[in-house]
Amino acid sequence: MSTVFIAFQANEDTRPIIEAIAEDNPHARLNEAPAMVKIDAEGRLTVRRSSIEERLGRDFDLQELHVNLISLSGHIDETDDEFTLSWNA
Amino acid sequence: MHIDLRTVSIKPLRQTFDHVARRIGEGKAASRYQEGTLDLQATANFHYRPTWDPAHEIFDVSRTALRMADWYAFKDPRQFYYGTYTITRGRQQETAEANFDFVDTRGLADMLEPELRTAATRLLVPLRHVAWGANMNNAAICAYAYGTAITQPCIYHAMDQLGIAQYLTRAGLLLGDLDALDEGRRAWLEDEAWQGLRRYVEDSFVVQDPIELYVAQNVALDGLLYPLVYLTTVDDVFASRGGSAVALLTSFMSEWFQETRKWVDATLKTAAGESADNKALLEHWSTHWRDRAASALRPVARIGLGEAADEMLADALGQFNARLAKAGLTV
Amino acid sequence: MDMHAPKKKLGLKEKYQVMTRGLDWEPSYQKKEDIYPYATYEGIKIHDWDKWEDPFRLTMDAYWKYQAEKERKLYAIIDAYAQSNGHLNVTDARYLNTVKLFLTGVSPLEYMAHRGFAHVGRQFPGAGPRVACLMQSLDEIRHAQTQIHALSNYNKHYNGLHEFRHMHDRVWYLSVPKSFFDDAITAGPFEFMIAIGFSFEYVLTNLLFVPFVSGAAYNGDMGTMTFGFSAQSDEARHMTLGLEVIKFILEQDPDNLPIVQRWIDKWTWRGYRVLTLVAMMMDYMLPKRTMSWKEAWEVYFEENGGALFKDLARYGIKIPKCAETIALEKDHLSHQAWGTFYNYGAAAAFHTWVPEKDEMDWLAAKYPDSFDKYYRPRLEYWREQAAQGKRFYNKTLPMLCQTCQIPMLFTEPGDPTKICYREVDYKGGKYHFCSDHCKEIFEHEPEKYVQSWLPVHQIYQGNCFPEGTDPTAEGFDPLAAVLQYYHLEFGRDNLDFEGSEDQKNFETWRGQATKNV
Repeated sequence: MSTVFIAFQANEDTRPIIEAIAEDNPHARLNEAPAMVKIDAEGRLTVRRSSIEERLGRDFDLQELHVNLISLSGHIDETDDEFTLSWNA
Repeated sequence: MHIDLRTVSIKPLRQTFDHVARRIGEGKAASRYQEGTLDLQATANFHYRPTWDPAHEIFDVSRTALRMADWYAFKDPRQFYYGTYTITRGRQQETAEANFDFVDTRGLADMLEPELRTAATRLLVPLRHVAWGANMNNAAICAYAYGTAITQPCIYHAMDQLGIAQYLTRAGLLLGDLDALDEGRRAWLEDEAWQGLRRYVEDSFVVQDPIELYVAQNVALDGLLYPLVYLTTVDDVFASRGGSAVALLTSFMSEWFQETRKWVDATLKTAAGESADNKALLEHWSTHWRDRAASALRPVARIGLGEAADEMLADALGQFNARLAKAGLTV
Repeated sequence: MDMHAPKKKLGLKEKYQVMTRGLDWEPSYQKKEDIYPYATYEGIKIHDWDKWEDPFRLTMDAYWKYQAEKERKLYAIIDAYAQSNGHLNVTDARYLNTVKLFLTGVSPLEYMAHRGFAHVGRQFPGAGPRVACLMQSLDEIRHAQTQIHALSNYNKHYNGLHEFRHMHDRVWYLSVPKSFFDDAITAGPFEFMIAIGFSFEYVLTNLLFVPFVSGAAYNGDMGTMTFGFSAQSDEARHMTLGLEVIKFILEQDPDNLPIVQRWIDKWTWRGYRVLTLVAMMMDYMLPKRTMSWKEAWEVYFEENGGALFKDLARYGIKIPKCAETIALEKDHLSHQAWGTFYNYGAAAAFHTWVPEKDEMDWLAAKYPDSFDKYYRPRLEYWREQAAQGKRFYNKTLPMLCQTCQIPMLFTEPGDPTKICYREVDYKGGKYHFCSDHCKEIFEHEPEKYVQSWLPVHQIYQGNCFPEGTDPTAEGFDPLAAVLQYYHLEFGRDNLDFEGSEDQKNFETWRGQATKNV
């Protein structure tokens, strides 16, 4: 199974996002580098709007992810509720 | 260890990059617009000819008939670089968003007099295709014109026009629904009233000279269309008939035209002031495309203005000619 | 919030459809092939542009909103960094040489990407990819400008940055990145997308930005870190565009596969050769190192790129064959490159040095199979020579590879003691190459690569002297004349870091900040 990843700047805005991703994807691994956090996951990684909203206590538009996003890999599927990365192989 | 570096007074070695200093004068601080614009495009030692256009270099002054001793003579009076551009548009989109929300949540579209609502829908929805064409044309000018001073504002202009096409789409969805978009497309493709304009737009797609294209799109077509449709038809005529809600949906376009025409005027003035040849060339292009745009817009104007269309178009033409006269062109 | 249809609520995908491709129409007053004249000559067959899947679905209002937010944050940091003399917080003034390399080598490419994407964003007959490309064009001018603005304050205080634009079009090693992008933009629109959108953005950009930016953060350069990460937030969109393009092309027609495979092979190699500069920067120029070039290559190419190519295998795409050569070179690349720049330090617009002992130990630990055996002895010898006042600056111009334009400094795959050298005879001329891959690229399109503006050839032909220079005059110093043509200030921009004006100024200014004087 191939690894997908998503990396964010490490700051106050991304803390709840990273927490939400970690909880929704128990198979994911967090790698901290200077000023950034890279999250690797086998096969698939899902970012859920509702999980982030729970932590933020406000509405969240998944397109807000772009503000602090550094990089990613995998095929993207983006809906109003979920943002998913995956490899087919 | 934290050092309070703020208290150190250091004499810098230089104020800006040398290529900027050569233009603005040694020892002067440069603005972000200047550092982000001046001489940014490569001019020398291109490695290969484009396989898609072997007659020219990658960037080549001979793609246009306009001649400039210095292509950085052009200045954007708004001094837009990416940061100031997006921050300005970011603010404007907040207003536009509030306007759309206001019309939506209060059901203002349903309160419009049906005839007015139909006219507004029939007039505005097909214009999303015109804005889309303007997006393509400004992308072309950005790609094929010479020097960042003129090409940079064109990418902003291109994306503004995409934004406008998207605002018009939303207006269509608010005034009608998805069917309104389909009907608008059908009219654009089939109705007699729109064919002159569609032909104009499609013809502009094959104009090879980027500055002629600038005149066809940004000077002539938009120079008549925006005053006629947004400033006159929507903001004046519709509003006076109880259609202020429509004006809320197009307020971005009205404001945008007032802002961008300053840049268009400055561009014309600089190009025309360069030489008699340039002036003659711009007058030729402006006259040719103005006349085509006017006849293409006449039936479109009638959708919103009815019998008053001819008079309003004549007014718009008068204002257009006066505007170009100020920029140094006799048309 | 963002664009939404109020009555019948449209989903994100449907909404985006009517906001982009819904705007397009089939022309009837002009022929499609006249409107999009460059869409077919590369041989790529597209049957249905509507099969295009939009990767990200940003409408312009959302774009303006989020990008404005990014820009406000970025410029607030750039301002604060400049006002507080943040440049004095970097670990060591040697670090500054990485930003010089970046501004002269990379930022002009961002600008080229802006114009290139405007071009293909006009030329694709499909509305979906056109919008995505134009958005990228807009992002790329952002990257060029935020880099210039963030590094502007360094230029005020240090050398080597003051003529970045002029140098990019002229200086010998900068013809490597310049010719790379000139090559892409002069190719057809589909090849451009595979070159830049896929091979560079998707496969290689992480190698440029993540280690560089992480390295900047690690070395106390908040300004660079901020523009770097802020630019990266756009890259996610660009990478995804690159991936969608390749899937789309491959799904359209089986005949597209061999063309695309050849482009992937070519552009992975072309891009990798440009990254030689990054390899050297990571291993030699960052005073505090984050990861070695070899490690970065393993994570970002072998692991992540491997996953990508495994995924693309279902279309018949194979991992580029140059990957084998690259694997053999990864123990040597940065060392050979730095050795070359140390030699030609008189003709480069940044400073060079021999690494300190602890740095050599780090390199030995990261490169156990190569550093102590091949490269440490050489560096120690150079240090000794310099200590005896015999610092050697090479003034003989090197032979360049006709394709990648790098001096012939690379060794044979598998034999780090022998320079790799290939040649081709073409129409009565002899052309030289650094590798089999560069040679193959030439052989496929000789008419393109015979045009290369090779800096060394141009110098010998007398095309790189200031106007009015008389090379026959007595005492004519060709190197001095070339440096003048480059606008490179001898003794300020070039030579060793040790004894440089940058070193002195940094020490003095930092001294003022830490002591009472």
